[in-house]
Amino acid sequence: MTIALPPQTSSSPPGLQPEGWLRYLSFSLDHKVIGLQYMVAGFFFYLVGGALAGMIRIELASPISDFIGRETYNEVLTLHGTVMIFLWIVPVVNGAFGNYLIPFYVGARDMAFPRLNAVAFWLIPPAGFLLIASYFIGGAAQSGWTAYPPLSLTTPAAGQVVWILSVLLLGGSSIFGGINFIATVLKMRRPGLKMMQLPMYCWAMLGTSILVVLSTPVLAGTLVLLSFDIIAHTGFFNPALGGNAVVYQHLFWFYSHPAVYIMVLPAFGLVSEILPVHARKPLFGYTTMVYSILAIVFLGLIVWAHHMFTSATPPWMRLFFTIATAFIAVPTGIKFFNWLATLWGGKIALNSAMLFSCAFILHFVFGGITGVALAQVPFDIHVHDTYFVVGHFHYVVYGGTVFVIFGSIYHWYPKFTGRMLNEDLGRFHFLITFIGFNLCFAPQHWLGLNGMPRRVAEYDPQFTLVNQISSVGALLMALSTLPFLINVFWSAFSGKVAGDNPWNALTPEWLTTSPPPVENWKGEAPLVTHPYGYGVPPGQIDLKAATGRELWSSGQ
Amino acid sequence: MALVLSGLWIGQNVDILPAAASLNAPIYDQLFRVLFSIGSILFIGIFGLLVFSLIRFRRREGDTGDGVAVEGNLQLEIFWTAIPAVVVLFVGIYSYDIYDRMGGMVPLSDPHSMHGAMMTSQGSDSDVSAVIQASVLGTPPEPSERIWGGIGSGQVSAVSTLPVEVTALQFAFLFHYPQGDITSGELHVQKGQPVELRMEARDVIHAFWVPEFRLKQDIIPGQPTLLSFTPIKAGSYPIICAELCGPYHGGMRSTVVVHEPDEFATWFEKNNTATVAIAPSASTTG
Repeated sequence: MTIALPPQTSSSPPGLQPEGWLRYLSFSLDHKVIGLQYMVAGFFFYLVGGALAGMIRIELASPISDFIGRETYNEVLTLHGTVMIFLWIVPVVNGAFGNYLIPFYVGARDMAFPRLNAVAFWLIPPAGFLLIASYFIGGAAQSGWTAYPPLSLTTPAAGQVVWILSVLLLGGSSIFGGINFIATVLKMRRPGLKMMQLPMYCWAMLGTSILVVLSTPVLAGTLVLLSFDIIAHTGFFNPALGGNAVVYQHLFWFYSHPAVYIMVLPAFGLVSEILPVHARKPLFGYTTMVYSILAIVFLGLIVWAHHMFTSATPPWMRLFFTIATAFIAVPTGIKFFNWLATLWGGKIALNSAMLFSCAFILHFVFGGITGVALAQVPFDIHVHDTYFVVGHFHYVVYGGTVFVIFGSIYHWYPKFTGRMLNEDLGRFHFLITFIGFNLCFAPQHWLGLNGMPRRVAEYDPQFTLVNQISSVGALLMALSTLPFLINVFWSAFSGKVAGDNPWNALTPEWLTTSPPPVENWKGEAPLVTHPYGYGVPPGQIDLKAATGRELWSSGQ
Repeated sequence: MALVLSGLWIGQNVDILPAAASLNAPIYDQLFRVLFSIGSILFIGIFGLLVFSLIRFRRREGDTGDGVAVEGNLQLEIFWTAIPAVVVLFVGIYSYDIYDRMGGMVPLSDPHSMHGAMMTSQGSDSDVSAVIQASVLGTPPEPSERIWGGIGSGQVSAVSTLPVEVTALQFAFLFHYPQGDITSGELHVQKGQPVELRMEARDVIHAFWVPEFRLKQDIIPGQPTLLSFTPIKAGSYPIICAELCGPYHGGMRSTVVVHEPDEFATWFEKNNTATVAIAPSASTTG
């Protein structure tokens, strides 16, 4: 049901904002421009982080430290973690899709605070380049993305201080974004649109933003204290000066465990948007989905010490955090069963967006199962700080979130550009990413169980073969970006014209032109009270199934 | 049902762990099998359901219709809230039991309870720890210092425990036997005899990990830590530092040699006399 309106450039009054492609390099206040700025910048840093990951996998292809120096190796692994988390996943899954979609979903013309929004984005490139530059000027931080003292106090100070500065800027950007999303979802809704009528991604972003606003300041404070320890030789976390290194770990994980939910909750939301459209069915169990997001937000705040079971944690603490962590599986499980029920009985289009989303379900279920196992203290004591945890974590954030990012790009690219991505290339991209990813990270669970610690440049030669398999997988993952990049650039100029609503979707971003005009709609914003109103009622399966849907897609 | 059975079968037959060489390792492996069974059942079930849905409900050529407009089902929701909750609860209680049997639930700084240690911090329990504290770190011992128990501290029977002082520094472990004034770069222990490690870190956080013992304990500067275990299988096993501690972190490895009792006595005698004969400087490190 595509209504092909040619994307007409309206004769809008000349403003101070630049037009054309230049606006993507400007301090634009348009939420769609900012969203795409986040996306492109994030993808650039993804390539940087991927190159760093490649260096790690090359080093680990042989059991001795022979590719890069040991100190360089530690710089590389620190940068890889920091870049991937703070400059790729968090900005893209929150900033990019959040900024692009949330105003549409609430029926607004822009975010609540457009200038704050632009500031939040423009903090990212300088922070990112600062971090990367530190590698070339005097050496980057070497203490891992966790920066545990006393190690972070004894490694070269300049790199560590730059790292702290960069993470503080990125954390600030994240907080600005979080405040903006909360305000937009709560206050900018179109009159008549109720909270329980919002698309699920709004709820996911609301939950995520609450986590951001509650926990990121704790990280900021912690890092400020850590920088005092480095620069002014205070002793907050330095045992030699009477400080306590474990307190840092508590404070760090008080942010950094919720950070995992900051990375996956938006992905949950995006999947909830993609599946109903391509399965042609309503999202199953809307209300329970909302409550499980809220439950994850609450539980996500009280599980941080499960990262510290081998530190000096007292038994009661171990018991409490085991149970709290394991219980996160319940609301998360509800979401996964609901997605499976959404697929069940649908008419599923096996396109790239759907394949990436389904692979996400598979990977995240696997990562969730190993996660519940890791929550059990006796199990964790054996595999903590090993490649088992590396495997688990990448199943959650790469197999989970990054797969969703790709699926979402295939889903929303027609809206961003007005053109479709090539499906054959897309499915090819999916296939190598899927094989490469599983080849790279599944064997790492075995490595961890059998005695390979993480963050090492050299290892027991008995693990050589499995590490080489993992490196081959990493190579495939690196290659898999090529068809994607080719697809994105080629389709931007000569892809099939998409029309306004190529997927025949009901959510509000599809009820305008592709790409949408400044301020989103020509006329009044549409009031969408049933964003997932797909499907025919069970009694009328044989009738022509188009009635309600056509009303939505044509009526504004 | 077939799914559950096959999951159980996989769990019982999984054999991907290294040898079990300490008293708590077989208990750990029991937990691993249970977790593996439950995990396999869940994963195979969901995997099967997903693949079945994608094939069975794929969109046929030329079909532009919608699926059935089912928006939810409260009974189903309750069902799949309750089942995971029960499973998680079971796993939690079971692993608590395992943890207890491994000796993890005894209060810290045994025999004093943790709260006791905190309240009566001035005198009673700080004797030992304060001494260690002073001797190693060179800072004045604070009254509240106490030994942090790692997992396994409950198994120690005071009768025939082998005490070993472990010092972790960049990038090595040093083992000192106070009973015989031996300092060694390798840990030698006797099969069947409980070992009590008193561990200290000199510079940054390290972690003591022996995969075959299924034991890991961070060694944090400023917090002397106790770790005890009982080896049950003779052989040599790697000791691995599991916490990033600097450039040579990957090379910070050692070996624990579990001797048969008579062998151990021989080793102990030999090194003991050697050390005493040479000098006060313990230079027989490996």
